Amino acid sequence: MDHAIEAEGLVKTYPGDIRALDGVGFRVEAGTIFGMLGPNGAGKSTTVKILTTLSRPDEGRAIVAGFDVLERPSDVRRAIGVVSQRSGVDREATGRENLRLQGQLFGMGGRALERRVAELLERLGLTEAADRIVKTYSGGMQRRLDVALGLVHQPKVLFLDEPTTGLDLEVRADMWGEITRLASEEGLTILLTTHYLEEADRLAKRLVIVDRGRVVAEGTPDELKGVLKGDAITVELEEPDLDGRVERALAPMFDVREIQLEGKTLRARSDDGARAVPGILQALESAGVPVASVTVSRPSLDDVYLRMTGRSFTAAESEADAAATERNKRQEARR
Amino acid sequence: MTTALRHTWYMTQRHLRALFRQPVWIAITLVQPIIWILLYGALFKRIVEIPGFGSDNYIDFLTPGIVLMTALFSGGWSGMAWIEDMDRGVTDRFLVTPVSRGALIAGRLVQLGIVAVIQSAILISIGLLLGASYSANPGGLFFLVFCSVLLGAAFGALSTAMAVVVRKEETVIAAVNFVILPLTFLSGVFITLSLAPAWIRTAARFNPVNWAVEAGRGALAASPDWSLVLTRVGLLTAFALVCAWLATRAFRAYQRSV
Repeated sequence: MDHAIEAEGLVKTYPGDIRALDGVGFRVEAGTIFGMLGPNGAGKSTTVKILTTLSRPDEGRAIVAGFDVLERPSDVRRAIGVVSQRSGVDREATGRENLRLQGQLFGMGGRALERRVAELLERLGLTEAADRIVKTYSGGMQRRLDVALGLVHQPKVLFLDEPTTGLDLEVRADMWGEITRLASEEGLTILLTTHYLEEADRLAKRLVIVDRGRVVAEGTPDELKGVLKGDAITVELEEPDLDGRVERALAPMFDVREIQLEGKTLRARSDDGARAVPGILQALESAGVPVASVTVSRPSLDDVYLRMTGRSFTAAESEADAAATERNKRQEARR
Repeated sequence: MTTALRHTWYMTQRHLRALFRQPVWIAITLVQPIIWILLYGALFKRIVEIPGFGSDNYIDFLTPGIVLMTALFSGGWSGMAWIEDMDRGVTDRFLVTPVSRGALIAGRLVQLGIVAVIQSAILISIGLLLGASYSANPGGLFFLVFCSVLLGAAFGALSTAMAVVVRKEETVIAAVNFVILPLTFLSGVFITLSLAPAWIRTAARFNPVNWAVEAGRGALAASPDWSLVLTRVGLLTAFALVCAWLATRAFRAYQRSV
Protein backbone atom coordinates (compact mmCIF):
# COMPACT_ATOMS: atom_id res chain seq x y z
CA MET A 1 0.00 0.00 0.00
CA ASP A 2 1.11 3.54 -0.80
CA HIS A 3 1.64 5.76 2.22
CA ALA A 4 1.51 9.55 1.99
CA ILE A 5 2.60 10.01 5.58
CA GLU A 6 4.68 7.74 7.78
CA ALA A 7 5.56 8.85 11.28
CA GLU A 8 7.57 6.76 13.67
CA GLY A 9 8.41 7.27 17.32
CA LEU A 10 8.10 11.07 17.29
CA VAL A 11 9.29 12.67 20.53
CA LYS A 12 9.23 16.39 21.22
CA THR A 13 10.09 18.07 24.49
CA TYR A 14 9.69 21.80 25.06
CA PRO A 15 11.73 23.82 27.54
CA GLY A 16 10.56 23.23 31.09
CA ASP A 17 10.43 19.44 30.55
CA ILE A 18 7.10 19.50 28.80
CA ARG A 19 6.87 16.30 26.80
CA ALA A 20 4.48 17.26 24.04
CA LEU A 21 5.05 14.06 22.08
CA ASP A 22 6.07 10.78 23.62
CA GLY A 23 6.53 8.40 20.72
CA VAL A 24 3.76 9.14 18.24
CA GLY A 25 3.63 6.98 15.13
CA PHE A 26 1.11 6.16 12.39
CA ARG A 27 0.75 5.67 8.65
CA VAL A 28 -1.65 7.39 6.32
CA GLU A 29 -2.76 5.69 3.13
CA ALA A 30 -2.47 7.96 0.09
CA GLY A 31 -5.70 9.54 -1.14
CA THR A 32 -7.59 9.16 2.14
CA ILE A 33 -8.66 11.37 5.02
CA PHE A 34 -6.93 10.45 8.24
CA GLY A 35 -8.09 11.81 11.58
CA MET A 36 -6.15 12.65 14.71
CA LEU A 37 -8.54 12.94 17.61
CA GLY A 38 -7.71 14.17 21.09
CA PRO A 39 -8.19 16.95 23.61
CA ASN A 40 -6.21 20.21 23.60
CA GLY A 41 -2.65 19.58 24.60
CA ALA A 42 -2.67 15.93 23.48
CA GLY A 43 0.04 16.62 20.92
CA LYS A 44 -1.97 17.00 17.72
CA SER A 45 -0.63 20.41 16.73
CA THR A 46 2.92 19.45 17.66
CA THR A 47 2.64 16.42 15.38
CA VAL A 48 1.38 18.63 12.55
CA LYS A 49 4.24 21.09 13.13
CA ILE A 50 6.78 18.30 12.80
CA LEU A 51 5.17 16.74 9.73
CA THR A 52 5.02 20.16 8.03
CA THR A 53 8.73 20.93 8.78
CA LEU A 54 7.91 23.84 11.07
CA SER A 55 9.36 22.09 14.07
CA ARG A 56 12.05 19.40 14.46
CA PRO A 57 11.43 16.28 16.53
CA ASP A 58 13.93 15.35 19.27
CA GLU A 59 13.59 11.71 18.26
CA GLY A 60 11.86 9.66 15.63
CA ARG A 61 11.41 10.15 11.91
CA ALA A 62 8.72 11.05 9.47
CA ILE A 63 8.24 10.77 5.73
CA VAL A 64 5.73 13.01 4.01
CA ALA A 65 4.89 12.70 0.30
CA GLY A 66 7.96 10.49 -0.05
CA PHE A 67 10.45 12.89 1.55
CA ASP A 68 12.09 12.77 4.96
CA VAL A 69 11.02 15.87 6.90
CA LEU A 70 14.44 16.29 8.50
CA GLU A 71 16.61 15.57 5.48
CA ARG A 72 14.58 17.16 2.68
CA PRO A 73 12.34 19.82 4.24
CA SER A 74 12.21 21.92 1.04
CA ASP A 75 10.83 19.02 -0.98
CA VAL A 76 8.25 18.35 1.73
CA ARG A 77 7.18 22.01 1.75
CA ARG A 78 6.62 22.00 -2.00
CA ALA A 79 4.38 18.94 -1.72
CA ILE A 80 2.18 19.95 1.19
CA GLY A 81 -0.55 22.44 1.97
CA VAL A 82 -1.12 23.52 5.55
CA VAL A 83 -4.20 25.01 7.14
CA SER A 84 -3.15 25.63 10.68
CA GLN A 85 -5.25 26.18 13.75
CA ARG A 86 -4.17 29.82 14.04
CA SER A 87 -5.43 31.01 10.69
CA GLY A 88 -2.36 32.75 9.27
CA VAL A 89 -4.08 34.93 6.68
CA ASP A 90 -2.80 38.46 6.22
CA ARG A 91 -5.71 40.49 7.53
CA GLU A 92 -4.51 43.73 5.95
CA ALA A 93 -4.62 42.30 2.43
CA THR A 94 -7.53 41.19 0.28
CA GLY A 95 -8.43 37.57 -0.24
CA ARG A 96 -7.08 37.66 -3.78
CA GLU A 97 -3.80 39.26 -2.70
CA ASN A 98 -3.35 36.61 -0.04
CA LEU A 99 -3.84 33.83 -2.56
CA ARG A 100 -1.64 35.47 -5.18
CA LEU A 101 1.28 35.88 -2.78
CA GLN A 102 0.93 32.31 -1.58
CA GLY A 103 1.08 31.08 -5.18
CA GLN A 104 4.09 33.28 -5.95
CA LEU A 105 6.01 31.74 -3.06
CA PHE A 106 5.50 28.38 -4.73
CA GLY A 107 6.91 29.73 -7.97
CA MET A 108 3.59 30.25 -9.70
CA GLY A 109 2.84 33.36 -11.70
CA GLY A 110 1.22 34.96 -14.70
CA ARG A 111 -2.10 33.85 -16.08
CA ALA A 112 -1.87 30.34 -14.64
CA LEU A 113 -1.76 31.80 -11.13
CA GLU A 114 -4.61 34.23 -11.76
CA ARG A 115 -6.70 31.38 -13.13
CA ARG A 116 -5.98 29.16 -10.15
CA VAL A 117 -6.76 31.99 -7.71
CA ALA A 118 -10.07 32.75 -9.43
CA GLU A 119 -10.95 29.07 -9.48
CA LEU A 120 -10.33 28.67 -5.75
CA LEU A 121 -12.22 31.84 -4.87
CA GLU A 122 -15.16 30.57 -6.88
CA ARG A 123 -15.03 27.14 -5.39
CA LEU A 124 -14.94 28.37 -1.79
CA GLY A 125 -17.66 30.94 -2.38
CA LEU A 126 -15.37 33.94 -1.97
CA THR A 127 -15.59 35.48 -5.43
CA GLU A 128 -17.66 38.42 -4.29
CA ALA A 129 -15.43 39.11 -1.30
CA ALA A 130 -12.22 38.52 -3.26
CA ASP A 131 -11.15 42.15 -3.40
CA ARG A 132 -12.17 43.07 0.11
CA ILE A 133 -9.70 43.37 2.96
CA VAL A 134 -9.74 40.15 4.98
CA LYS A 135 -10.40 42.08 8.19
CA THR A 136 -13.99 42.51 6.99
CA TYR A 137 -14.53 38.74 6.50
CA SER A 138 -16.67 36.64 8.82
CA GLY A 139 -15.04 33.78 10.75
CA GLY A 140 -16.34 31.22 8.28
CA MET A 141 -15.12 33.18 5.24
CA GLN A 142 -11.69 33.58 6.79
CA ARG A 143 -11.52 29.86 7.42
CA ARG A 144 -12.47 29.13 3.82
CA LEU A 145 -9.72 31.47 2.68
CA ASP A 146 -7.31 29.54 4.94
CA VAL A 147 -8.28 26.36 3.12
CA ALA A 148 -7.87 28.05 -0.26
CA LEU A 149 -4.38 29.22 0.78
CA GLY A 150 -3.44 25.64 1.56
CA LEU A 151 -4.57 24.52 -1.90
CA VAL A 152 -3.18 27.17 -4.29
CA HIS A 153 -0.20 25.12 -5.43
CA GLN A 154 -2.16 21.85 -5.73
CA PRO A 155 -0.40 19.98 -2.94
CA LYS A 156 -0.35 16.21 -2.64
CA VAL A 157 -0.91 16.20 1.10
CA LEU A 158 -3.11 18.67 2.97
CA PHE A 159 -2.88 19.25 6.72
CA LEU A 160 -6.00 20.59 8.37
CA ASP A 161 -5.31 21.45 11.99
CA GLU A 162 -8.68 21.82 13.75
CA PRO A 163 -10.34 23.35 10.68
CA THR A 164 -13.74 23.82 12.31
CA THR A 165 -12.85 24.87 15.86
CA GLY A 166 -14.71 28.06 16.70
CA LEU A 167 -17.08 27.87 13.72
CA ASP A 168 -20.82 27.65 14.26
CA LEU A 169 -22.66 24.47 13.35
CA GLU A 170 -23.89 25.49 9.92
CA VAL A 171 -20.49 26.72 8.76
CA ARG A 172 -18.94 23.57 10.15
CA ALA A 173 -21.25 21.41 8.07
CA ASP A 174 -20.29 23.40 4.91
CA MET A 175 -16.65 22.88 5.73
CA TRP A 176 -17.17 19.14 6.10
CA GLY A 177 -18.76 19.04 2.68
CA GLU A 178 -15.81 20.92 1.21
CA ILE A 179 -13.26 18.63 2.84
CA THR A 180 -14.99 15.50 1.58
CA ARG A 181 -15.18 16.94 -1.93
CA LEU A 182 -11.49 17.83 -1.90
CA ALA A 183 -10.45 14.37 -0.92
CA SER A 184 -12.46 12.73 -3.66
CA GLU A 185 -12.01 15.26 -6.49
CA GLU A 186 -8.36 16.17 -6.13
CA GLY A 187 -7.18 12.81 -4.85
CA LEU A 188 -5.62 14.58 -1.91
CA THR A 189 -4.35 12.90 1.19
CA ILE A 190 -5.70 14.83 4.16
CA LEU A 191 -4.50 14.73 7.73
CA LEU A 192 -7.20 16.24 9.89
CA THR A 193 -6.85 16.96 13.57
CA THR A 194 -9.92 17.59 15.65
CA HIS A 195 -11.35 17.34 19.08
CA TYR A 196 -14.83 16.64 17.79
CA LEU A 197 -15.67 12.95 17.71
CA GLU A 198 -18.45 13.68 15.25
CA GLU A 199 -16.04 15.33 12.84
CA ALA A 200 -13.59 12.46 12.85
CA ASP A 201 -16.50 10.08 12.50
CA ARG A 202 -17.97 11.88 9.49
CA LEU A 203 -14.78 12.53 7.59
CA ALA A 204 -11.96 10.17 8.45
CA LYS A 205 -11.45 6.79 6.89
CA ARG A 206 -9.08 5.88 9.69
CA LEU A 207 -8.10 7.73 12.82
CA VAL A 208 -5.85 7.68 15.83
CA ILE A 209 -6.83 8.85 19.29
CA VAL A 210 -3.97 10.68 20.97
CA ASP A 211 -3.51 11.44 24.62
CA ARG A 212 -0.55 12.99 26.44
CA GLY A 213 1.67 12.68 23.40
CA ARG A 214 0.86 9.04 22.69
CA VAL A 215 -1.38 7.18 20.30
CA VAL A 216 -3.84 5.29 22.50
CA ALA A 217 -6.05 3.78 19.82
CA GLU A 218 -6.11 3.41 16.06
CA GLY A 219 -8.75 2.15 13.66
CA THR A 220 -11.71 3.10 11.53
CA PRO A 221 -14.39 5.18 13.28
CA ASP A 222 -16.66 2.14 13.35
CA GLU A 223 -14.03 -0.06 14.92
CA LEU A 224 -13.41 2.51 17.62
CA LYS A 225 -17.03 3.19 18.35
CA GLY A 226 -17.74 -0.52 18.33
CA VAL A 227 -15.80 -0.70 21.54
CA LEU A 228 -18.55 1.36 23.11
CA LYS A 229 -21.66 0.14 21.41
CA GLY A 230 -24.90 1.50 22.78
CA ASP A 231 -26.18 4.10 25.21
CA ALA A 232 -25.11 4.33 28.83
CA ILE A 233 -27.92 4.01 31.39
CA THR A 234 -27.32 5.17 34.93
CA VAL A 235 -29.87 4.45 37.66
CA GLU A 236 -29.55 5.93 41.14
CA LEU A 237 -31.22 3.68 43.74
CA GLU A 238 -32.77 4.87 46.97
CA GLU A 239 -30.73 2.36 48.92
CA PRO A 240 -27.89 -0.06 48.17
CA ASP A 241 -28.89 -3.52 46.99
CA LEU A 242 -27.80 -6.04 49.61
CA ASP A 243 -29.20 -9.37 48.44
CA GLY A 244 -28.63 -9.38 44.67
CA ARG A 245 -32.26 -8.53 43.93
CA VAL A 246 -31.33 -5.99 41.29
CA GLU A 247 -29.20 -8.36 39.27
CA ARG A 248 -31.82 -11.07 39.43
CA ALA A 249 -34.48 -8.63 38.27
CA LEU A 250 -32.47 -7.40 35.28
CA ALA A 251 -30.91 -10.69 34.22
CA PRO A 252 -33.77 -11.73 31.92
CA MET A 253 -33.69 -8.42 29.97
CA PHE A 254 -32.00 -9.28 26.67
CA ASP A 255 -31.55 -5.63 25.55
CA VAL A 256 -29.52 -4.56 28.61
CA ARG A 257 -25.90 -5.58 29.09
CA GLU A 258 -22.72 -4.75 30.99
CA ILE A 259 -24.71 -4.34 34.19
CA GLN A 260 -22.56 -2.96 37.00
CA LEU A 261 -23.68 -2.12 40.51
CA GLU A 262 -21.58 0.14 42.67
CA GLY A 263 -23.17 1.14 45.97
CA LYS A 264 -26.41 2.87 45.05
CA THR A 265 -25.38 3.43 41.42
CA LEU A 266 -26.42 1.00 38.71
CA ARG A 267 -24.75 1.28 35.27
CA ALA A 268 -25.73 -0.60 32.16
CA ARG A 269 -25.55 -0.40 28.38
CA SER A 270 -28.25 -0.81 25.81
CA ASP A 271 -28.47 -0.36 22.03
CA ASP A 272 -31.44 1.93 22.56
CA GLY A 273 -31.38 3.42 26.02
CA ALA A 274 -34.70 5.27 25.86
CA ARG A 275 -36.55 2.11 24.94
CA ALA A 276 -34.87 0.02 27.62
CA VAL A 277 -35.59 2.40 30.50
CA PRO A 278 -39.31 1.60 31.07
CA GLY A 279 -38.47 -2.12 31.18
CA ILE A 280 -35.70 -1.56 33.68
CA LEU A 281 -37.91 0.59 35.90
CA GLN A 282 -40.70 -1.96 35.79
CA ALA A 283 -38.38 -4.83 36.63
CA LEU A 284 -36.90 -2.89 39.55
CA GLU A 285 -40.33 -1.92 40.83
CA SER A 286 -41.61 -5.48 40.74
CA ALA A 287 -38.50 -6.54 42.65
CA GLY A 288 -39.26 -3.89 45.27
CA VAL A 289 -36.24 -1.68 44.60
CA PRO A 290 -37.06 2.05 44.93
CA VAL A 291 -35.42 4.29 42.27
CA ALA A 292 -34.25 7.89 42.81
CA SER A 293 -33.30 8.91 39.26
CA VAL A 294 -32.47 7.62 35.80
CA THR A 295 -30.25 9.11 33.09
CA VAL A 296 -29.53 7.92 29.55
CA SER A 297 -26.57 9.17 27.55
CA ARG A 298 -25.30 8.46 24.04
CA PRO A 299 -21.74 7.22 23.59
CA SER A 300 -19.66 10.35 23.47
CA LEU A 301 -16.06 11.22 22.94
CA ASP A 302 -15.91 11.28 26.71
CA ASP A 303 -16.84 7.61 26.84
CA VAL A 304 -14.39 6.52 24.15
CA TYR A 305 -11.74 8.61 25.75
CA LEU A 306 -12.51 7.41 29.26
CA ARG A 307 -12.30 3.87 28.05
CA MET A 308 -8.95 4.39 26.30
CA THR A 309 -7.17 6.61 28.77
CA GLY A 310 -8.87 6.11 32.10
CA ARG A 311 -9.79 9.77 32.48
CA SER A 312 -12.52 11.93 31.06
CA PHE A 313 -12.01 14.19 28.07
CA THR A 314 -13.11 17.27 29.98
CA ALA A 315 -10.69 16.49 32.79
CA ALA A 316 -7.90 16.05 30.23
CA GLU A 317 -8.74 19.41 28.62
CA SER A 318 -8.69 21.33 31.87
CA GLU A 319 -5.48 19.57 32.89
CA ALA A 320 -3.93 20.60 29.56
CA ASP A 321 -5.11 24.17 29.98
CA ALA A 322 -3.62 24.33 33.47
CA ALA A 323 -0.32 22.99 32.12
CA ALA A 324 -0.34 25.59 29.34
CA THR A 325 -0.94 28.39 31.81
CA GLU A 326 1.91 27.08 33.93
CA ARG A 327 4.18 26.91 30.89
CA ASN A 328 3.33 30.48 29.88
CA LYS A 329 4.08 31.67 33.38
CA ARG A 330 7.43 29.96 33.32
CA GLN A 331 8.28 31.36 29.90
CA GLU A 332 7.37 34.80 31.08
CA ALA A 333 9.60 34.39 34.10
CA ARG A 334 12.51 33.45 31.85
CA ARG A 335 12.07 36.62 29.86
CA MET B 1 19.76 33.89 -5.14
CA THR B 2 17.28 35.18 -7.69
CA THR B 3 14.55 33.28 -5.84
CA ALA B 4 15.56 35.04 -2.62
CA LEU B 5 15.43 38.42 -4.35
CA ARG B 6 12.08 37.67 -5.91
CA HIS B 7 10.65 36.55 -2.56
CA THR B 8 12.06 39.65 -0.89
CA TRP B 9 10.25 41.82 -3.39
CA TYR B 10 6.96 39.92 -2.86
CA MET B 11 7.28 40.53 0.87
CA THR B 12 8.20 44.19 0.37
CA GLN B 13 5.09 44.65 -1.75
CA ARG B 14 2.98 43.04 0.92
CA HIS B 15 4.27 45.43 3.60
CA LEU B 16 4.04 48.53 1.43
CA ARG B 17 0.48 47.70 0.48
CA ALA B 18 -0.51 47.28 4.12
CA LEU B 19 1.17 50.56 4.96
CA PHE B 20 -0.45 52.62 2.24
CA ARG B 21 -3.83 51.30 3.29
CA GLN B 22 -3.49 53.01 6.65
CA PRO B 23 -4.01 56.70 5.95
CA VAL B 24 -3.89 57.44 9.67
CA TRP B 25 -0.44 55.94 9.90
CA ILE B 26 0.79 58.00 6.95
CA ALA B 27 -0.67 61.15 8.47
CA ILE B 28 0.89 60.55 11.87
CA THR B 29 4.32 59.64 10.55
CA LEU B 30 4.35 62.78 8.45
CA VAL B 31 2.75 65.22 10.83
CA GLN B 32 5.06 64.23 13.65
CA PRO B 33 8.34 65.20 11.98
CA ILE B 34 6.72 68.34 10.56
CA ILE B 35 5.82 69.32 14.10
CA TRP B 36 9.38 68.56 15.15
CA ILE B 37 10.71 70.91 12.48
CA LEU B 38 8.19 73.66 13.26
CA LEU B 39 8.41 73.35 17.02
CA TYR B 40 12.14 72.93 17.42
CA GLY B 41 12.76 75.29 14.58
CA ALA B 42 10.84 78.02 16.42
CA LEU B 43 12.04 77.11 19.91
CA PHE B 44 15.73 77.04 19.06
CA LYS B 45 15.64 79.63 16.32
CA ARG B 46 18.22 81.83 17.99
CA ILE B 47 20.49 78.96 19.02
CA VAL B 48 22.53 79.69 15.92
CA GLU B 49 23.58 82.97 17.53
CA ILE B 50 25.68 81.06 20.08
CA PRO B 51 29.27 81.62 19.04
CA GLY B 52 30.71 78.50 17.46
CA PHE B 53 27.38 76.96 16.39
CA GLY B 54 28.69 76.92 12.86
CA SER B 55 25.46 77.58 10.96
CA ASP B 56 23.41 80.71 10.55
CA ASN B 57 20.00 79.16 9.81
CA TYR B 58 18.61 76.64 12.31
CA ILE B 59 16.13 75.09 9.83
CA ASP B 60 19.12 74.39 7.56
CA PHE B 61 20.74 72.64 10.46
CA LEU B 62 17.70 70.85 11.87
CA THR B 63 16.10 69.38 8.75
CA PRO B 64 18.77 66.71 8.09
CA GLY B 65 18.58 65.74 11.77
CA ILE B 66 14.79 65.28 11.59
CA VAL B 67 15.11 63.31 8.34
CA LEU B 68 17.42 60.87 10.11
CA MET B 69 15.42 60.79 13.31
CA THR B 70 12.28 59.89 11.36
CA ALA B 71 14.02 56.95 9.68
CA LEU B 72 15.35 55.88 13.07
CA PHE B 73 11.86 55.80 14.56
CA SER B 74 10.31 53.94 11.62
CA GLY B 75 13.03 51.34 11.93
CA GLY B 76 12.74 51.09 15.68
CA TRP B 77 9.02 50.42 15.61
CA SER B 78 9.12 47.88 12.79
CA GLY B 79 9.40 44.97 15.23
CA MET B 80 5.79 45.55 16.22
CA ALA B 81 4.59 44.32 12.84
CA TRP B 82 6.64 41.16 13.34
CA ILE B 83 4.89 40.47 16.60
CA GLU B 84 1.52 40.85 14.95
CA ASP B 85 2.52 38.44 12.18
CA MET B 86 3.82 35.89 14.68
CA ASP B 87 0.74 36.18 16.89
CA ARG B 88 -1.62 35.72 13.97
CA GLY B 89 0.25 32.73 12.62
CA VAL B 90 1.25 34.55 9.42
CA THR B 91 4.96 33.92 10.00
CA ASP B 92 4.38 30.21 10.55
CA ARG B 93 2.22 30.01 7.45
CA PHE B 94 5.12 31.41 5.42
CA LEU B 95 7.60 29.07 7.10
CA VAL B 96 5.78 25.98 5.81
CA THR B 97 6.09 27.25 2.22
CA PRO B 98 9.33 27.19 0.22
CA VAL B 99 9.80 30.93 0.88
CA SER B 100 13.40 32.04 1.26
CA ARG B 101 13.88 32.55 5.00
CA GLY B 102 16.09 35.57 4.50
CA ALA B 103 13.39 37.19 2.35
CA LEU B 104 11.05 37.34 5.33
CA ILE B 105 13.54 39.66 7.04
CA ALA B 106 14.90 41.43 3.98
CA GLY B 107 11.40 42.18 2.66
CA ARG B 108 10.64 44.33 5.64
CA LEU B 109 14.04 46.06 5.58
CA VAL B 110 13.61 46.96 1.92
CA GLN B 111 10.17 48.34 2.76
CA LEU B 112 11.76 50.46 5.50
CA GLY B 113 14.32 51.72 3.01
CA ILE B 114 11.64 52.72 0.51
CA VAL B 115 9.60 54.44 3.20
CA ALA B 116 12.73 56.26 4.38
CA VAL B 117 13.33 57.58 0.86
CA ILE B 118 9.74 58.84 0.57
CA GLN B 119 9.74 60.40 4.02
CA SER B 120 13.13 62.02 3.47
CA ALA B 121 11.96 63.57 0.22
CA ILE B 122 8.87 65.00 1.89
CA LEU B 123 10.77 66.35 4.89
CA ILE B 124 13.48 67.90 2.76
CA SER B 125 10.77 69.65 0.72
CA ILE B 126 9.17 70.93 3.90
CA GLY B 127 12.56 72.17 5.14
CA LEU B 128 13.00 74.04 1.86
CA LEU B 129 9.54 75.57 2.23
CA LEU B 130 10.45 76.76 5.70
CA GLY B 131 13.54 78.49 4.44
CA ALA B 132 16.29 75.91 4.48
CA SER B 133 18.74 76.15 1.64
CA TYR B 134 21.00 73.44 0.28
CA SER B 135 22.17 75.32 -2.78
CA ALA B 136 25.77 75.17 -1.59
CA ASN B 137 25.98 71.46 -2.29
CA PRO B 138 22.66 69.91 -3.39
CA GLY B 139 24.40 66.61 -4.29
CA GLY B 140 24.88 66.09 -0.56
CA LEU B 141 21.15 65.37 -0.28
CA PHE B 142 21.84 62.03 -1.90
CA PHE B 143 24.15 61.11 0.99
CA LEU B 144 21.59 62.28 3.51
CA VAL B 145 18.86 60.09 2.01
CA PHE B 146 21.27 57.17 1.73
CA CYS B 147 22.15 57.53 5.42
CA SER B 148 18.48 57.63 6.39
CA VAL B 149 17.93 54.37 4.47
CA LEU B 150 20.89 52.73 6.22
CA LEU B 151 19.85 53.99 9.63
CA GLY B 152 16.23 52.92 9.19
CA ALA B 153 17.25 49.46 7.95
CA ALA B 154 19.82 48.99 10.74
CA PHE B 155 17.39 49.82 13.52
CA GLY B 156 14.66 47.90 11.70
CA ALA B 157 16.90 44.84 11.84
CA LEU B 158 17.64 45.41 15.54
CA SER B 159 13.96 45.81 16.26
CA THR B 160 13.26 42.61 14.31
CA ALA B 161 15.87 40.70 16.29
CA MET B 162 14.35 41.94 19.51
CA ALA B 163 10.77 41.20 18.43
CA VAL B 164 11.37 37.62 17.31
CA VAL B 165 13.19 36.82 20.54
CA VAL B 166 10.91 38.44 23.13
CA ARG B 167 7.64 38.19 21.12
CA LYS B 168 5.91 40.72 23.35
CA GLU B 169 4.72 44.14 22.25
CA GLU B 170 5.22 45.70 25.69
CA THR B 171 8.86 44.68 25.80
CA VAL B 172 9.53 46.07 22.34
CA ILE B 173 7.82 49.36 23.21
CA ALA B 174 9.85 49.66 26.39
CA ALA B 175 13.11 48.84 24.63
CA VAL B 176 12.47 51.25 21.78
CA ASN B 177 11.69 54.08 24.16
CA PHE B 178 14.68 53.19 26.27
CA VAL B 179 17.10 53.18 23.34
CA ILE B 180 15.86 55.54 20.64
CA LEU B 181 15.41 58.83 22.48
CA PRO B 182 18.74 58.69 24.34
CA LEU B 183 20.50 57.82 21.08
CA THR B 184 18.85 60.85 19.48
CA PHE B 185 19.92 63.20 22.25
CA LEU B 186 23.43 61.74 22.37
CA SER B 187 23.90 62.87 18.79
CA GLY B 188 24.04 66.08 16.84
CA VAL B 189 20.41 65.90 15.69
CA PHE B 190 19.36 69.06 17.53
CA ILE B 191 22.53 70.97 18.31
CA THR B 192 26.07 70.99 17.17
CA LEU B 193 28.15 68.69 19.34
CA SER B 194 30.95 71.20 19.72
CA LEU B 195 28.64 72.91 22.21
CA ALA B 196 27.87 69.69 24.11
CA PRO B 197 29.71 68.49 27.24
CA ALA B 198 32.75 66.33 26.67
CA TRP B 199 31.10 63.11 27.85
CA ILE B 200 28.29 63.50 25.32
CA ARG B 201 30.87 64.09 22.60
CA THR B 202 32.60 60.87 23.64
CA ALA B 203 29.35 58.90 23.70
CA ALA B 204 28.37 60.33 20.32
CA ARG B 205 31.54 58.94 18.74
CA PHE B 206 30.13 55.43 19.30
CA ASN B 207 26.55 56.29 18.40
CA PRO B 208 25.37 55.09 14.97
CA VAL B 209 22.73 57.84 14.95
CA ASN B 210 25.50 60.39 15.20
CA TRP B 211 27.48 58.70 12.41
CA ALA B 212 24.44 59.18 10.21
CA VAL B 213 24.07 62.81 11.32
CA GLU B 214 27.74 63.61 10.70
CA ALA B 215 27.72 61.99 7.27
CA GLY B 216 24.35 63.38 6.18
CA ARG B 217 24.94 66.90 7.37
CA GLY B 218 28.61 66.85 6.46
CA ALA B 219 27.82 66.02 2.85
CA LEU B 220 25.61 69.12 2.63
CA ALA B 221 28.39 71.52 3.65
CA ALA B 222 29.70 73.98 1.07
CA SER B 223 33.03 72.16 0.99
CA PRO B 224 32.39 68.70 2.47
CA ASP B 225 35.00 66.87 4.50
CA TRP B 226 34.75 63.74 2.34
CA SER B 227 36.98 61.62 4.52
CA LEU B 228 34.64 62.28 7.45
CA VAL B 229 31.52 61.61 5.35
CA LEU B 230 32.83 58.40 3.84
CA THR B 231 34.18 56.91 7.08
CA ARG B 232 30.84 57.59 8.77
CA VAL B 233 28.93 56.03 5.87
CA GLY B 234 31.30 53.07 6.11
CA LEU B 235 30.73 52.68 9.84
CA LEU B 236 27.00 52.95 9.35
CA THR B 237 27.04 50.32 6.60
CA ALA B 238 29.03 47.97 8.82
CA PHE B 239 26.60 48.59 11.67
CA ALA B 240 23.62 47.85 9.42
CA LEU B 241 25.21 44.60 8.27
CA VAL B 242 25.86 43.50 11.85
CA CYS B 243 22.25 44.28 12.74
CA ALA B 244 20.97 42.32 9.74
CA TRP B 245 23.14 39.38 10.76
CA LEU B 246 21.77 39.59 14.31
CA ALA B 247 18.22 39.59 12.96
CA THR B 248 18.81 36.43 10.92
CA ARG B 249 20.38 34.72 13.95
CA ALA B 250 17.43 35.72 16.11
CA PHE B 251 15.00 34.50 13.47
CA ARG B 252 16.76 31.16 13.33
CA ALA B 253 16.38 30.89 17.10
CA TYR B 254 12.68 31.62 16.67
CA GLN B 255 12.36 28.82 14.11
CA ARG B 256 14.03 26.37 16.48
CA SER B 257 11.68 27.30 19.30
CA VAL B 258 8.43 26.77 17.36
